[in-house]
Amino acid sequence: MDLTWMAWTWQTATFFAVIAFLLLGMMLWEYVAPGGGARVGILRFETTRGDRLFISLLMSAYIHLGWLAFSDASLWGATIASLAFAAAVFRWV
Amino acid sequence: MTKTWNNKAWFMVLPVLLLVAFNAVIPLMTVVNYSVQETFGNNLFFFEGVRWYEEVLASSRFHAALGRQFLFTFIILAIEIPLGVAVALAMPRSGPWVSVCLVFMALPLLVPWNVVGAMWNIFALPDIGLLGRSINALGIDYNFTQQPLSAWFTVVLMDVWHWTSLVVLLAYAGLRSIPDAYYQAAKIDGASRLAVFRYIQLPKMSRVLTIAVLLRFIDSFMIYTEPFVLTGGGPGNATTFLSIDLVKAALGEFNLGIAAAMSIIYFLMTLLVCWVFYTAMTNYYDGER
Repeated sequence: MDLTWMAWTWQTATFFAVIAFLLLGMMLWEYVAPGGGARVGILRFETTRGDRLFISLLMSAYIHLGWLAFSDASLWGATIASLAFAAAVFRWV
Repeated sequence: MTKTWNNKAWFMVLPVLLLVAFNAVIPLMTVVNYSVQETFGNNLFFFEGVRWYEEVLASSRFHAALGRQFLFTFIILAIEIPLGVAVALAMPRSGPWVSVCLVFMALPLLVPWNVVGAMWNIFALPDIGLLGRSINALGIDYNFTQQPLSAWFTVVLMDVWHWTSLVVLLAYAGLRSIPDAYYQAAKIDGASRLAVFRYIQLPKMSRVLTIAVLLRFIDSFMIYTEPFVLTGGGPGNATTFLSIDLVKAALGEFNLGIAAAMSIIYFLMTLLVCWVFYTAMTNYYDGER
């Protein structure tokens, strides 16, 4: 299958591969511990680990955009901040 | 008690998944790919990293279009939601007039977007349009092709005309679901009209109103055809909303990288709002049970 029309780069391919692996990981996690790990966290409503992954990913995007807008430092800083944020979300949300 | 989990039903979702992959996921991935590259056509791309994102985030043009977009969405929500509720409250609750009202309410919703734009364009023209001539006859200088304020007025009026019906229909559906016993109880207690609205009708409508706000937010946030046909984003850039600006960047200037980065940022904003509303809605349902 010819996918050149999609204008792939290895960077974006890596990005989507990471997301695909995250989803795969979530499926495995669900297989090992079914039920989604639903609980009521600091947001005061019930979230499953899928919700927590979604919140983490969406906020990571915003953290990266905010970093680009307001800082000249390396973008890896935003990535580290996002990982820390995701860890916090999975711990407390 | 341990629940039995049977996930085989998920296979039933596969066709939808394929369809969504084809019309949403794969195009979106392509946009992400575009957003980090520069192209001069011929399907030749050069990697640029996050340059387009930096440019878009720092561009005053993007900020202006975004500001206009939020202002527009805010204005039409502030008008359409209360107006829609008011009209729904005024509609008869039973009798032969119900169907007549419903049909009249549904009419604007049946008109295609580009036709709405063309209709309002002619309707509002200051020299030959009924609306334009009437306003000018009142002594108000009105020309939506030249004055930003008139253009805004026309675009907002057009959207209110086109979409308030949707809010009306949703609110009316919410009102119809209230059993008569509620009203009888309120009457016995001697509740005022305002109290009935505040404590019976509004809470019962809040669920459909959330849906109405969500639909109107998303729809107005991605509005393109109507203002494009009506004003073309003008005069100047006065009614250049995000989507119009996006198309200008992508197709007018062939800045695919910039346009792709704008799309991604635009998409993320819509996604956040959708998520907030969706969460609010589902938790509301859970709370009701």
